[in-house]
Amino acid sequence: MTDDVVVRATGLKKTFGETVAVDGVDLEVRRGEILGLLGPNGAGKTTTVKMLTTLYRPTSGTASILGHDVGADPKGVRREIGYVPQELTSDGYLTAQENLRLYANLYHLPPREIPTRIEEVLRLVALENVEGRLVKTFSGGMKKKLDLACGLLHHPRVLFLDEPSLGLDVQSRRAVWDHVLALKKSGVTLLVCTNDMDEADRLCDRVAIIFRGKVVALDAPSGLKDALGGDVVTLQCARTENGAVATLDRAVKALDFVRDTLVAGNRLLVYVESHERAIPRVLDAARAAGVEIESLSYTRPHLEDVFLRHTGAQYSESHVVPEPKKGRR
Amino acid sequence: MGDFWQETSAQLARWLARLRREPFNLFFTLTQPIIFLVFFSSMFQKVKWVGYEDVSYRTFALAGIIAFAAFGNALAGGIPLLFDKENGFLTRLLSAPITRSSILVSRFLFVSIVTALQVLIIIGLACIMGATITTGIPGVLALVVISSLLGFGVTILSLALAFSLPSHGTFFAIVGTVGVPIVFLSSALAPPEAMPGWMQVVVRLNPISYAVDGMREITLRGFDFGHLGWIALVLVGFDVLCLALGARVLSRRLA
Repeated sequence: MTDDVVVRATGLKKTFGETVAVDGVDLEVRRGEILGLLGPNGAGKTTTVKMLTTLYRPTSGTASILGHDVGADPKGVRREIGYVPQELTSDGYLTAQENLRLYANLYHLPPREIPTRIEEVLRLVALENVEGRLVKTFSGGMKKKLDLACGLLHHPRVLFLDEPSLGLDVQSRRAVWDHVLALKKSGVTLLVCTNDMDEADRLCDRVAIIFRGKVVALDAPSGLKDALGGDVVTLQCARTENGAVATLDRAVKALDFVRDTLVAGNRLLVYVESHERAIPRVLDAARAAGVEIESLSYTRPHLEDVFLRHTGAQYSESHVVPEPKKGRR
Repeated sequence: MGDFWQETSAQLARWLARLRREPFNLFFTLTQPIIFLVFFSSMFQKVKWVGYEDVSYRTFALAGIIAFAAFGNALAGGIPLLFDKENGFLTRLLSAPITRSSILVSRFLFVSIVTALQVLIIIGLACIMGATITTGIPGVLALVVISSLLGFGVTILSLALAFSLPSHGTFFAIVGTVGVPIVFLSSALAPPEAMPGWMQVVVRLNPISYAVDGMREITLRGFDFGHLGWIALVLVGFDVLCLALGARVLSRRLA
C-alpha cells in the first residue's frame, strides 16, 4: 500500500569528491514503524539521514517524506519531520525552557500554545523540575532528553534519531529507549541510526544493515537472525556411563522440530528454530528417556552474526568510509 | 512575514540571552572601544591635522573610533556561527522549516544592538572627556544609523566567511590579520590627505572611510544632507554587494 509508506528513498547516492558515502540506497519506512539503520561508523547512515532531512542534496536518486520531495519541497519536508542529530545540540547558555522556546518558534507554533506545549514535552522526558536550569549544567543523558524534547514540540509525524543513546549511561539509555517506544505507540514513524546491535535489536521493527554505503540486508531483527538458521540449545548430561548422551541424542532427534544435533563429549548441541518452544519439549524427551540433565544453555544468533553473514566482515573491524570534510555539501 | 519575524526574533532572543549569561564577554565587548578612545586620543592628543586645526584630536578621532567599534563588532559577527557549525547546532537549526536568511538577519540585529550601545557609551565618555558633537541628539541618532549601514555589509561578510571556511582557526587567522590594517587604511585615525598617494587610493575604496567621513561631518561640522545622502548611497551599495555575495554563499551552503 502506497499510503502506508511514509519515507521513500530510491537509488539515493551521495559522493564527496572521490568518496562514495552512500551508494544507491532504496528504503521504505512504513507508517508507525521504527526502522533502524544499522552499520559501523562511516557506513553511510548519517549521510543517508542528512539527505532525507534535506541537509544534504543527493548526488543522484530521489527521496520523499509523506509525499514531499526532499529536493523540490524541502520546506514541506522540514515541517513534517523532527531531527535529533547525534551531537548534543542544545545551547548550554540557555535554560531548558529557553531552548524549547527557541525551537517552538523555529517551528512556528502559535505563540499562545507555546508555554503549554513546552510543559507537555518537559513532562514527557521527565525534565519538568529542571526547566529553569542552564543546559551546560546538565548531564549527557539530560541533554539528550532535552534534544529529543526539542524535536517533538511540533508533533512531527516522522522523527529521525541519529545514534540516540551514544555515550549515555545504562539508565539514560533505557530512558531514551522508553521515550522512543512511547513515541512509536503514539503513532510517530521513526528512523533510527545506530551502530549498536543491541539498540537495533530492542527498538526496531525492521533493520536495514548498511555497509559501504549500501543496504545489504533489510528485515525484522528476528527475521534476519532466523535466516541464519535459528538457535542452538546445549544440554549437559549429569553422567556419561551407559551411553547417556547417545540415548539423549536419539530421543531428541526424534522430535519433529529439531533440525540437527551434535554430540560433543557429555554435551549435546541441538539446532532448533526457536529455543523458547524447543526447551520444554527437549527436557520432556530427556526425562522420558531417563537421562538426567545437569545444565542447559542456549544461544541466539546475534545481529553481529547477521552482519558477518551479509558483509563477510567482522562488525568491529569492517571497512570504514572516511568522514566528509566539515561544511562540504 | 509573521513566520519570518517569529523565527528571527527567537534567534535574536538566543543571542541576547547568551550575552547576558556571559558577563565577561559583555564587559569586554562594551569597554573595548573605550580603551581605543582613551589610548588613541591620548597618544595623538598633540596632533593637529591640516584642515582640522580648530578641533582637538579627541574630537577629530571620535568618528573614527565609532566606526572602528562598528566594524569590529560586525567583523566578529560570524564567530558564534563558527561554533554552531562545529558543534552541530547549525545542522539542527537548518533541519527546521526556517527561511535561511533569518540566521543572517538575527545576527545583524544583534550586532546592531550591541554597536548602538557601544556608540552611546563612546559618545557619553568622549563628551565627558571634552569632545563635542555639533549636531546634538539628532547627530547621535545619525551616528547610530551610519554605524548600522557599515555594520550590515561587514556582518554579512563575516557570516559568509564563517559558513565557507573549513575551521574556526582559519577564520580567526584571516580576521586577525586583516581587521586592524583595514581600519588603518581608512580615514578613521588620520585624514587621507596626510597619507602617501597609494594609500589614499586604498582609503577611498574602503567603505569604512565613507562611514567615517559622514560621522566626522556630523560630529564636527553639521548636517550636509547632499553629502550625507551620497555617503548613505555608497554604504547601501556596499551592503547590497555584500548581501549578493552572502546570498550566493548561503544558497550553496544552506540550501
